[in-house]
Amino acid sequence: MTDALLTETWWWPFVMILVAGWFATDVWRWLGVFAGGRLREDGELLIWVRCVATALVAGVISKLILFPQGILAETPIWLRLAATGVGFAAFFAARQRVVVGVLSAEAFLLCGWLALDRLG
Amino acid sequence: MTVPERPEQPDSPPGTPVPGRVWMLRGARAAISIPAFILTAAFVGYAGLARETGLTLAETLAMTGLVWALPSIVVLTGALSSGMGLLPAGLAVALASVRLMPMTMALMPLIKVPGKTRNWQLLVASHFVAVTAWVYAMKHLPDLPREGRLPFFVGFGGSVSSFVFCMTAIAYLLVERLPDIVAGALFLLTPVYFLCSLWGASRLNADRVAMVAGLALGPLFFIYFPGLDLLWTGLAGGTLAYVGTRLYRRGLA
Repeated sequence: MTDALLTETWWWPFVMILVAGWFATDVWRWLGVFAGGRLREDGELLIWVRCVATALVAGVISKLILFPQGILAETPIWLRLAATGVGFAAFFAARQRVVVGVLSAEAFLLCGWLALDRLG
Repeated sequence: MTVPERPEQPDSPPGTPVPGRVWMLRGARAAISIPAFILTAAFVGYAGLARETGLTLAETLAMTGLVWALPSIVVLTGALSSGMGLLPAGLAVALASVRLMPMTMALMPLIKVPGKTRNWQLLVASHFVAVTAWVYAMKHLPDLPREGRLPFFVGFGGSVSSFVFCMTAIAYLLVERLPDIVAGALFLLTPVYFLCSLWGASRLNADRVAMVAGLALGPLFFIYFPGLDLLWTGLAGGTLAYVGTRLYRRGLA
């Protein structure tokens, strides 16, 4: 059977989702369970693993802001950076309340976006 | 409320362990939270993308429930719509999901009761590891008694994913096309939320330095080593932060 024939059957997307989606994702979680099972809670190794995980998630964050998907990619990069900066500053000003940070960033983005639309 | 089958003991003696079910319910109650709403908003945005891409409702929901990690779901959506083969699509998704392994590793010593917790329980719980639940767990679980952490996490993760699953279905059915500015605003929610809550969840200086390193290195590796960029960001940024703060803590010892 060729790929062209395969992609036309109704069940093919679900095979894709099971194998290329579910298995390809959960296999890392399972590996994490087995590799993490031997870590000690107060060990130096755990501190390093946490650093790796934290840096990784931080990498996801800056990618989402600098190279966004979809319609957000059409906004200027400085607007996204400024909105994020305002949000993070507001988060600190409000004694680390996440809601305040998120709402401030969104408000800044929407105001900036509307203003640019008017001007442009 | 029905009559309880067994007589209840309202005055349980102090020190009696709270049963796992109760911890699970507490986790479910804690799931009614800002992070859950932000994640829901992000998935509402995704439902719009899935519909535009031509995925059916069943496919969209199967991905939401089975994959349960938004960046990987977005990669798989692209693979499905471009008719990519099984192997390349699987590789692309696997690359986007590597980050789940160190995240799960870091969570294990928190939720495991040595000698008591079974591996299958951890495997089930691990499905809920995604940035939102992970950040929440790293921040709040250390405050709970050890026996309560695993059921709490399962209750939290299970309710967040069920709620998001239902809202994704509703959004897919109701929202034909989001106005551009709304869709754009939804896409910004996730990174800003991650940024604030990751900072809030960091306990050591090492975590904060790692976060700054990851923010800076992420785009660089993305430009120069696309594909494995997140893995390199984690390994390089995390190791730099660990070694740097260790030298600061202990000198060269």
